[in-house]
Amino acid sequence: MYENSTNIPAVDVDALQGGASSGATLEDEKIAIEVKNLNFYYGDSQALKGIDMVIPENRVTAFIGPSGCGKSTLLRCFNRMNDLIDDTRIEGEILLHGQNIYDKVVNVADLRRRVGMVFQKPNPFPKSIFENVAYGLRIQGINDRRRLAEVVERSLKGAALWDEVKDRLDDNALGLSGGQQQRLVIARAIAIEPEVLLLDEPASALDPISTLKLEELIYELKSSYTIIIVTHNMQQAARVSDYCTFLLMGELIEMANTNTLFTNPQQKQTEDYITGRYG
Amino acid sequence: MNDSTFPHHISQQFDADLEEVRNNVLAMGGLVEQQLANALTALTENDVSLGEEVITNDYKVNALEVTIDEECNRILALRQPTAIDLRLIVAIIKTITDMERIGDEAEKIGHLAVQLADQGGNDKFSALAHLGEHSRRMVHDALDAFARLDVEQAIQVVKEDLKTDREYEAISRQLITFMMEDPRSISRFLNVMWAARSLERIGDHARNICEYIIYLVKGKDVRHTSLEKMEQAAREPR
Repeated sequence: MYENSTNIPAVDVDALQGGASSGATLEDEKIAIEVKNLNFYYGDSQALKGIDMVIPENRVTAFIGPSGCGKSTLLRCFNRMNDLIDDTRIEGEILLHGQNIYDKVVNVADLRRRVGMVFQKPNPFPKSIFENVAYGLRIQGINDRRRLAEVVERSLKGAALWDEVKDRLDDNALGLSGGQQQRLVIARAIAIEPEVLLLDEPASALDPISTLKLEELIYELKSSYTIIIVTHNMQQAARVSDYCTFLLMGELIEMANTNTLFTNPQQKQTEDYITGRYG
Repeated sequence: MNDSTFPHHISQQFDADLEEVRNNVLAMGGLVEQQLANALTALTENDVSLGEEVITNDYKVNALEVTIDEECNRILALRQPTAIDLRLIVAIIKTITDMERIGDEAEKIGHLAVQLADQGGNDKFSALAHLGEHSRRMVHDALDAFARLDVEQAIQVVKEDLKTDREYEAISRQLITFMMEDPRSISRFLNVMWAARSLERIGDHARNICEYIIYLVKGKDVRHTSLEKMEQAAREPR
């Protein structure tokens, strides 16, 4: 038996320092987005109240909270999707790599190219799989067939869909399953190489297996993108995110390393919500 | 357990599950305490039949350990507890391991009581009775702290454990002297030594349970740290 001892993986016990670390803190991270005293109003009703937070770069940050707490509203602020809703008003700043995205000089189309978004329901265009992914490049005026083919392949591989569709790229995208469609729209979003990916309940319309594939995909994508995910599924937030933010009634209650938030939250409201005592 | 720490879940079935497992832990604690008390009486009063009763009843402690473990596994699989619920389940799984060991030590003391009664009793060792009473009270206080989630009391038990360690050392030294004076009685003294050893171990298990209580209530892992660190963790606001 002793001959096998060389196969035992080495663990640097001294580095454990009396217990596996619960992970890094926000102070150790590079910051992609900084939110400063953000207030948001739908007409007279205030949906976000004085939000101050940072989003770390190349990490997955999850927003959790009960319905109506403002998490989707906050997510939509990051690529100014709320601009499309009438009678809304925003105060405060959101700095993307230091630049306020609500500054007058910012081109919104350009911003949305840098900050891609995937919605709850997959929304492929009624076009071929290939054209769905190539769409963003085509509207930028890129039509070189070889360049498009390269980007489509890389994006579909990046979205873990390539092996399933590589032999039928000309088929209509609406013929894919829900899970495949959701990965297709992620491929479409990453084809234009955004800096930030916003995912609004990306798995809520998917079956458990597709959900796990999507979660695996999120894990792989975070090395290249800063990801923000809104989810109702707390276990999902616990599985995929590095940092987790709990919102309640438009206020940011707690943001922490996900391990810490789910094992030892500091705020009573967070604890009540994640243990299922809210309401 | 008090209601301010564990307000109701939306799922009442989850509340019921947690309540049941908590009740079983307290029942197991009561049983272990009783086993220990009986073992000590058997030891100090040379009561062979009570010692044998302790040995026979150890299976009940074991059965409760298995049952509670199964309940915890089921809750982990079906409910995916988080935060204080998760810490409660983890603390329970660890606590019942220590309680089962206390049960084993009580059984061991039962055996030793039977043997010692056969060897003419252990009348000379009032120190052993004192250590026994001390350990028993620690177990009682640890279980009480668990039931009431009382961190201060848990710290108190940890402090008591340092005293039992010293008592055990004093008894060992005394026994070594006796053995040197009277080598014919070595086997009897050795049995007394084993009993003292078991009681000292029981103190350690009570201390472990108290460390889990601090983890459960404060979310801080205080195993293998100094008493000062433990007190600091216990006093810090969450």
